[in-house]
Amino acid sequence: MKVDCLPLVTVAVPVSSRSLILPLPPPLQQDKEYVGFAALPNQLHRKSVKKGFDFTLMVAGESGLGKSTLINSLFLTNLYEDRQVPDASARLTQTLTIERRGVEIEEGGIKVKLTLVDTPGFGDSVDCSDCWLPVVHFIEEQFEQYLRDESGLNRKNIQDSRVHCCLYFISPFGRGLRPLDVAFLRAVHDKVNIIPVIGKADALMPKETQVLKQKIRDQLKEEEINIYQFPECDSDEDEDFKKQDAEMKESIPFAVVGSSKVVKNVGTRPVRGRCYSWGTVEVENPHHCDFLNLRRMLVQTHLQDLKEVTHDLLYEGYRARCLQSLVRPGARDRASRSKLSRQSTTEIPLPMLPLAETEKLIREKDEELRRMQEMLEKMQAQMQQGQAQGEQSDAF
Amino acid sequence: MLLTGQSGLGKSTMVNTLFKSKAWQSNLPSLEVPIPQTLELHSVTHVIEEKGLKLKLTVTDTPGFGDQINNDKCWDPILSYINQQYEQYLQEELLITRQRHIPDTRVHCCVYFVPPTGHCLRPLDIEFLQRLCRTVNVVPVIARADSLTIEERDAFRNRIQQDMNTHCIDVYPQKCLDEDINDRILNSKIRKQIPFAVVGADREHLVNGRCVLGRKTKWGVIEVENVAHCEFLLLRDLLIRSHLQDLKDITHNVHYENYRVLRLNESHQLPRGPGWVNLAPASPGQLTSPGPGKASRKSYRDTKDDEC
Repeated sequence: MKVDCLPLVTVAVPVSSRSLILPLPPPLQQDKEYVGFAALPNQLHRKSVKKGFDFTLMVAGESGLGKSTLINSLFLTNLYEDRQVPDASARLTQTLTIERRGVEIEEGGIKVKLTLVDTPGFGDSVDCSDCWLPVVHFIEEQFEQYLRDESGLNRKNIQDSRVHCCLYFISPFGRGLRPLDVAFLRAVHDKVNIIPVIGKADALMPKETQVLKQKIRDQLKEEEINIYQFPECDSDEDEDFKKQDAEMKESIPFAVVGSSKVVKNVGTRPVRGRCYSWGTVEVENPHHCDFLNLRRMLVQTHLQDLKEVTHDLLYEGYRARCLQSLVRPGARDRASRSKLSRQSTTEIPLPMLPLAETEKLIREKDEELRRMQEMLEKMQAQMQQGQAQGEQSDAF
Repeated sequence: MLLTGQSGLGKSTMVNTLFKSKAWQSNLPSLEVPIPQTLELHSVTHVIEEKGLKLKLTVTDTPGFGDQINNDKCWDPILSYINQQYEQYLQEELLITRQRHIPDTRVHCCVYFVPPTGHCLRPLDIEFLQRLCRTVNVVPVIARADSLTIEERDAFRNRIQQDMNTHCIDVYPQKCLDEDINDRILNSKIRKQIPFAVVGADREHLVNGRCVLGRKTKWGVIEVENVAHCEFLLLRDLLIRSHLQDLKDITHNVHYENYRVLRLNESHQLPRGPGWVNLAPASPGQLTSPGPGKASRKSYRDTKDDEC
C-alpha cells in the first residue's frame, strides 16, 4: 500500500496536546502491511482549519484594573478603540451591563472568531449586593440557548455562544480576595471556567506578588471555589514542556500587566511596555509579569481544552440540572400512560421559554418528537418481527 | 490626622513614611489580618521630636472602610467619630471652671486615599467626600501611584478635579478661606496639584550610593522622595512644613465653630446675650453633616469671618 507523504504542518494551532500533529510514518517496506490511519490527525486538522475556531471570553472585575488594556495586548487588536470612559456622574446611576464585542483574527491561515464579553459597571456602585446576578443570568442564558438548539430539529448550524472562559481580575491593592470577589466567584464557578488574574501587577514588588498569590490560592481553597484546572501533562511529553507546564500552574493567579503602547528603548528592540520615570515594565518579559504565561495558556495550549471543559463538564452539568427540574413533574404522568419504560428518558421536554409566542414552537416540536418516537416503536416492532422470521428461516 | 480609604492602599505605610519614624510599629497590618466586618477605628498617639520641637501626633486609621459588598452608610462611623471629638472639646469649653489648655483631640486633617483606577472618582468616593468636606479638612491623595505613568496621573488628576467641581466637593485648601492675595497665590498652586500622587515606602534601598526610601522592583527603584517619581514631598510639606498650623486654625475656627453653632442652637444652651441669633433648632438629621457656610452671626469671640 502506498500512502502519499504529506508535509509536516507546523502551525500554531490551538490544540490541547502539543503533539497532535504527528509526522507520517516513513513509507515502510512493501512486505509490511498497514492501513494508513496514521494520517487521520492531519485530516482532522484540515477539517477544523476549514471550519475555523470560535471562542468566547468574558472579562470581569472592578473598573480600573486594566482589563481592556490587557485584552488589547493579548490579542494584539484594538477592541476598545472608540471607548469612552464614563465620568463620575454617569457612574452614579450606572448599573451593570453586559457588552459583547466580536472580532475575527487570522494568523498563519487559522481563523479565530473571538467574542469578548465585558461587564462594565461591576463593583462600581456603593451598594454592590447581587451585582453579579446579571452576569450569572447571561451565562445561563447562553447555555439555555444552546440546549434549545441542541434539542431542536435543525442542528446543522448551531451557533456556540456559550462563555468558554472567564478572566476574573483581582485588585493588586487589596489583601487577597475581597468579599465581592468571593461572592462573584461562588456564583459562577460551576458555570464557567474561571482564570483568576491579578491586574496592574506592576504596582507590586516581587515579594508582595508572591505573598498575594499564595493568599489568593489559600482563600480559593478555603471558600471551595473551583477555578479552571489545567489538565496534567502526558507522561510522554518532553521535559521542557513539562517544566513550562509546571511553571504555569505555579503562577496562578497570573500577575499581568497590559499595554497598548510600544516602547523604544535605546539599544534594544521596541517592545510593548509601560514607561515610568524609574524604569520600563516590559509586558512580554517573563521576569516582569506573567503575561506570556497567560497568553500561552489561553491561546496556544489550552484554548481547545477550555472549550471541551465548557461543553463536557459545565454545559452537561447545567443540562442535567435543567432537565431534572423539568422532567420530574412531567414524567410521572407520562410514565403511567406509556408502555415502554424508557419513555421518560427519550422524552425531551424543552425548557420553558419566557416569551409567549415561542410556546407554540415548543408544542410543535413536542408533537414532532412524539411522532418520531411512535415511528421508532414501529420500526423496532418490525425489526423484532423480522428477527423472529429470520430465526424461523434459519431453523429451516 | 485621620487616614481613610480602602484597605491595601498603603495608609499605614504612608504614616511611617511621613514621619520617618515607625509610628505604626505596634500595629503593622500583615496580610494575615482579616478585613474586619464592620468599620473600626484605630488610633495611635506618638510624640515626635525634631530640633527640640515636640509634636504630639495622633493618627487614626480606618481599616474595613469600603471593603464590603454593600458599603452604604459606611461613612457614618467616621463622621460620628469626628463629631465626637468636637463634642468632647465643646463640653470642656462649656465647663464653669475649665482647664487653661483644653486637650485637643479634634481631627485637624483627613487624608482620603483614592485608588489609582485611572478613570475617575467612584460613587463611594464622591458620597464620602461630599459629606466629609463639610465637617473636616480633607486632603485627597492618589494612593499607590506607582501603577500610573506620568501622563495617566495627569489625566486622572484632571478628571478628579472636574468631578470634585461638579459635585461641589471643597477640599483643603478651601478657596473661600483664603485670607489675602499671597495666600491665594500659594493655595492656587496647591489646588492645581491636588490630589497628590503618592507612593509610600518604609524600606531603604541603595541607589547610586545614596540610601533612599523606596520600593524596589525588577525594573527599577521607585524613590519616594524624588519629585520626578511621586509627589510625596509635596504632601509632606503641605501637611507638616507649611500648612500644619493653618489646618489646626481652620479646624478650630471654621469646622468646630460650625459644629458648635448647630449644637448650641439645638440645645438652646447659650444664654441670650449680645450676639445671639435666633436660629430655628436644627433637625437631628443635620447634625452629622452641617452645610457649608453658616448663617451670618456676630460672634462674641474674635474669630475670622466664615462667610463663604
